[in-house]
Amino acid sequence: MNSAHASAPHSGHYYVPQPSLYPFFLSAGMFLLALGFILQMNRFAPGPWVMAAGAGVIGFVLYRWFGAVIAENQRGDYTGWEDKSFRPGMVWFIGSEVMFFAAFFAALFYCRHISVPALAGMDPAFTLYKDFTAAWPSAGPKGASFTPMGAWGIPAINTALLLSSGITLTWAHWGLMKGRRTQLNLGLILTVLLGVVFLGFQAYEYHHAYTELGLTMGAGVYGATFFMLTGFHGFHVTLGAIMLAVVAGRCLAGHFDAKRHFAFEAVAWYWHFVDVVWLLLFVVVYWL
Amino acid sequence: MNTATHTLDGPGGHTHQPGGLLRWLTTTNHKDIGTMYLSFSLLMFFVGGAMILAVRAELFQPGLQLMRPEFFNQLIGVHALVMIFAALMPAATGFANWMIPLMIGAPDMALPRLNNWGFWLLPPAAILLTLPFVLALFGIGDGAVATGWTLYAPLSVQGGIGVDFAIFAIHILGISSIMGSINIIATLLNMRAPGMTLMRMPLFCWGWLVTAVLLIITLPVLAGGVTMLLTDRHFGTHFFDAAGGGDPILFQHLFWFFGHPEVYILLLPVWGLMPHVLSTFSRKPIYGHTGQVWSFVAIGVLGLVVWGHHFMTAGLPVPALLYFMYSTMSISLPLAVLFFCWIATMWRGAMSFETPMLFAVGFIVLFGIAGLTGLVLADVAADAQYHHSYFVVAHFHYALFAGGIMGVMTGVYYWLPKWTGHMYSEKLGKLHFWLTVISFNLTFMPQFFLGLAGMPRRIPDYALQFAEFNAISTVGSFVLGLSQLLFAYNIWRCIKGGEKASNGVWEGTRGLEWELSSPPPHHSWETQPVIKD
Repeated sequence: MNSAHASAPHSGHYYVPQPSLYPFFLSAGMFLLALGFILQMNRFAPGPWVMAAGAGVIGFVLYRWFGAVIAENQRGDYTGWEDKSFRPGMVWFIGSEVMFFAAFFAALFYCRHISVPALAGMDPAFTLYKDFTAAWPSAGPKGASFTPMGAWGIPAINTALLLSSGITLTWAHWGLMKGRRTQLNLGLILTVLLGVVFLGFQAYEYHHAYTELGLTMGAGVYGATFFMLTGFHGFHVTLGAIMLAVVAGRCLAGHFDAKRHFAFEAVAWYWHFVDVVWLLLFVVVYWL
Repeated sequence: MNTATHTLDGPGGHTHQPGGLLRWLTTTNHKDIGTMYLSFSLLMFFVGGAMILAVRAELFQPGLQLMRPEFFNQLIGVHALVMIFAALMPAATGFANWMIPLMIGAPDMALPRLNNWGFWLLPPAAILLTLPFVLALFGIGDGAVATGWTLYAPLSVQGGIGVDFAIFAIHILGISSIMGSINIIATLLNMRAPGMTLMRMPLFCWGWLVTAVLLIITLPVLAGGVTMLLTDRHFGTHFFDAAGGGDPILFQHLFWFFGHPEVYILLLPVWGLMPHVLSTFSRKPIYGHTGQVWSFVAIGVLGLVVWGHHFMTAGLPVPALLYFMYSTMSISLPLAVLFFCWIATMWRGAMSFETPMLFAVGFIVLFGIAGLTGLVLADVAADAQYHHSYFVVAHFHYALFAGGIMGVMTGVYYWLPKWTGHMYSEKLGKLHFWLTVISFNLTFMPQFFLGLAGMPRRIPDYALQFAEFNAISTVGSFVLGLSQLLFAYNIWRCIKGGEKASNGVWEGTRGLEWELSSPPPHHSWETQPVIKD
């Protein structure tokens, strides 16, 4: 392998950002948030304050950091070469999120198909739980009894909402590609609104579950997997809606054109990922 | 300030490179960040080492002499977490940061600010891991995590505040590794010099590409597992509690789905760098480049589907046991390909034995022992005897010290002249090698015999018949620990000065990284080289 020092086919100019304090402070904020949470869970008085300080630092740094990235982008620092770094970056980030959800789905399948049947199938001479029979949903032998969440009420409406939001987002993308800015802005705002309505229904559903169905985090493995899966999904919808709102703000400010809109696409990928997770949730948590 | 050499730093063309501490807090330069990773790794290597020397001191004789059993448990768990997450992984990431842009002809890593964040997440995580030791001195909490690094439920569900600290330390370390991996993948896919196809990419880069993919696949699963642990501890869920329909074994599945690929995450960067070193000091091209690439990929894929062999005594059904046994054993096939490629690279070469080559050859022999004892442990019937014994401890220290840490030392001696521009002391390096390799075997070889004789791991006290081998092991461990001071001293001396290193440093070097000056310029390849064959 020989190398010759001729100039490369790219512009040959890769943007390396200036030294920056944002990463250091973001790490410091995360340290405080984690420390505060640990203190809070173990009932030490300063916990909430430390958490609040950490969250404040994180919020402020993210605001400034993303602001800096947007400014760099608007200034034209990023060319096609940088863009090709961002794309695999976002794809693999979403890949890591997929695996995070996979852990909770795996826990659901494990409990439903392995641990609950195994607990019910034990030799009566060797088990504490002689009367336990396998069924799903299950709170296990000693979990709090509950009524499971039906699929065809709010969850079905929420499915329709999220699927529609995927459509409005694609409609906005078409608007961007064809230079129809009103369609772009309207499509994005509709998408954010659908996300917010989804979250509202989800909050109502949680309230209903806790107050009327007896379905809580403590309701055995069904309650645990139900709330962790839907809860983390809701958290991701929240993040996605915030990111969409930022992108909508940028569109209103005239950012992006048909060729250069990586931020739009990255958020759209993220939103579709959240959508697909919901479809899986709807089928395996609520329906089957 | 000479601005002409800094044209890559944005529109103004100026680099406002701050000096002093601020330089390190704010840097977006891959070499600075690599240096931070490596320095942090060396520091934590001594922290984790000090912990385990205290443990070995306790184990010098039967009976309890120096510490309470609870404190002993804390030391072994935090030792493992520190060595794996804060010493070995950052060392490999430091290598990646330093060498990947040099090797592929890039100006820097693809995502420089993210790169800085990846590093600065490590110190907070290390503080979270060790803070409970300090808090306990002030009467807050009952010390660090005392469950061993595996955090098995139900022990970890019942444990004290140290478990919470460990959970969040793992979360932050995980975010750091995922960010580092994303950056490495983006760099390898997008920043290669024109003409460098994926199959022409150096093996070190290939080792890291597979590592990064494994990290992104497995770390989130560990994050999910420890999150379930956290909610079981504080928010009333029953993931690992049979009373609610859960199962403690579920935690073992989630943990080892990460934990087994983690072994390859630690070793693949080393397997990637080995052929470079062997080729240099044998003055021959690397044997079987393509075969090694596909072996990396095969080991990565197989590594994802064999996790059950870590808990074959936990009561898995027989078909699962058979599956995990055969799939585990099948990993020895691609691994054997690597071994034979290493040997073939040396075959009939004009070999010389500078320190990196000594470490590389030592690595092959000792890591071979790790591989062979791994086959023994993979056997379901044999594992019923050896599980949770000192045989396992010896096995994974042959893998992770002789395979991992000695691999890192190989890389450090090999690349140190490139990084600093100076040669290290060959005499001290060789002394360090011989002391390390002899005391390593003195420490861990007896542990195979202890394990075969039935001594369980993770106990502060033991029966009298184990006394002699434990005493030998403790003596070995102290020699091993103290000889590492030579390593640190040699590095420090080399940074301070020494004989000037040429661009190629060693006689037989090949590759882009050896065309740049030693040390390389601020922006490694301002103009990308073009690769022709």
